[in-house]
Amino acid sequence: MSGDPERPVYRVDWLPGGDVLEARCFCGARRGLPDPVTAWTWLLDHPRHAAPPPEGGPR
Amino acid sequence: MTLFARNQWYVAAYATEVGEELLGRTILGEPVVLYRSRRDGRAIALADRCVHRRFPLSESRREGDDITCGYHGFTYDRTGACVSVPGQTRVPRTARVAAYPVVERDSLVWIWVGDPAAADEGRVPRAPHLVDPAMTTVRGMEPIDADYGLLVDNLLDLSHETYLHGGYIGTPEVAATPITTEVDEEGGVVRVSRHMLDAECPPFYARSTGIEGRISRLQDIEYFAPCLYLLHSRITPVGQPAPVFRTEITYAITPSAPGRVYDFWAVSRDFALDDEEVTAFLRDFNHTVVMQDVDALNLLQRALDGEPGPYQELSINIDTGALAARRILAALAAAGTDRAGA
Repeated sequence: MSGDPERPVYRVDWLPGGDVLEARCFCGARRGLPDPVTAWTWLLDHPRHAAPPPEGGPR
Repeated sequence: MTLFARNQWYVAAYATEVGEELLGRTILGEPVVLYRSRRDGRAIALADRCVHRRFPLSESRREGDDITCGYHGFTYDRTGACVSVPGQTRVPRTARVAAYPVVERDSLVWIWVGDPAAADEGRVPRAPHLVDPAMTTVRGMEPIDADYGLLVDNLLDLSHETYLHGGYIGTPEVAATPITTEVDEEGGVVRVSRHMLDAECPPFYARSTGIEGRISRLQDIEYFAPCLYLLHSRITPVGQPAPVFRTEITYAITPSAPGRVYDFWAVSRDFALDDEEVTAFLRDFNHTVVMQDVDALNLLQRALDGEPGPYQELSINIDTGALAARRILAALAAAGTDRAGA
């Protein structure tokens, strides 16, 4: 995939062999997360990138 | 209901549809009449309602580049100005219909129904393969009675190919293969990739390329919100570095009215360019695939309409790109923005 290198890009990789999504912020922060809602919540929380709520908790 | 992003370019028609005849379309709830100037060949788009009694100008008649209303004869020039009314010499000052900015690019007629001052031709998203002489393209358009957001959802998550389009373009590997999603928030672009390195070859590709065995199938989506969707598809027989069969699948997603969307679709290929049999096969086969989506989305919209209140959804990994697209569409609609389409 390719885009404009001047613009920040968020990336989510579904890691092969499991269900984990690895969210990668343009700032370099990355974290494995259980579902896309949590992944986007975490990414859009840049630059804080607070821990996501536990699975099944409020989102 | 997905809100409309008004200050954006949308595909109103294929260039070949805009000619001598008056063509009526509804774009973001605005009735529009399209035709081509006899004087300079440019596409023209005017509001499709006579100011007098709202008669559709698309059901009226041309006189040169003017349109004369088929009901009482109000006549409009290509700028939308009323130049004559019946039985009197004075034309009321307010007698004018809107003329919309139009850009013709890559065989598509793009229209801007938002603030005309914000219309920037440089932001029309590009699909150059549609006019590439090294490719052959088949195309069509289907209206769908569904929220345009449902079509965006459908196209951003191709795992549905396995279930809705099994035996056509879907194989088990599509739903089973993890995806990678990239989002350029500023540019309003979502990219979703699914690379299947050893997959069954679905009939769509087996019959058009002649491949009999398993394939490497690369799907790389680029969605330029809100209207243009490109699926770059690369097919190679497993174990061979070549040939690579390149197919560009294009969708233009144009909201017509609340709960109604135009689904413009095209399939461009870089192989069997002059093979009429392959052309006819891909046109008919892809039309069938598109109609499977049309039927499913019509059904889904009716089901949603029948639910009493806000409904609950459950999103899983396959929805990563679609969720990003939804958020971008909401932001574009809220901002009336100029972010996308670069």
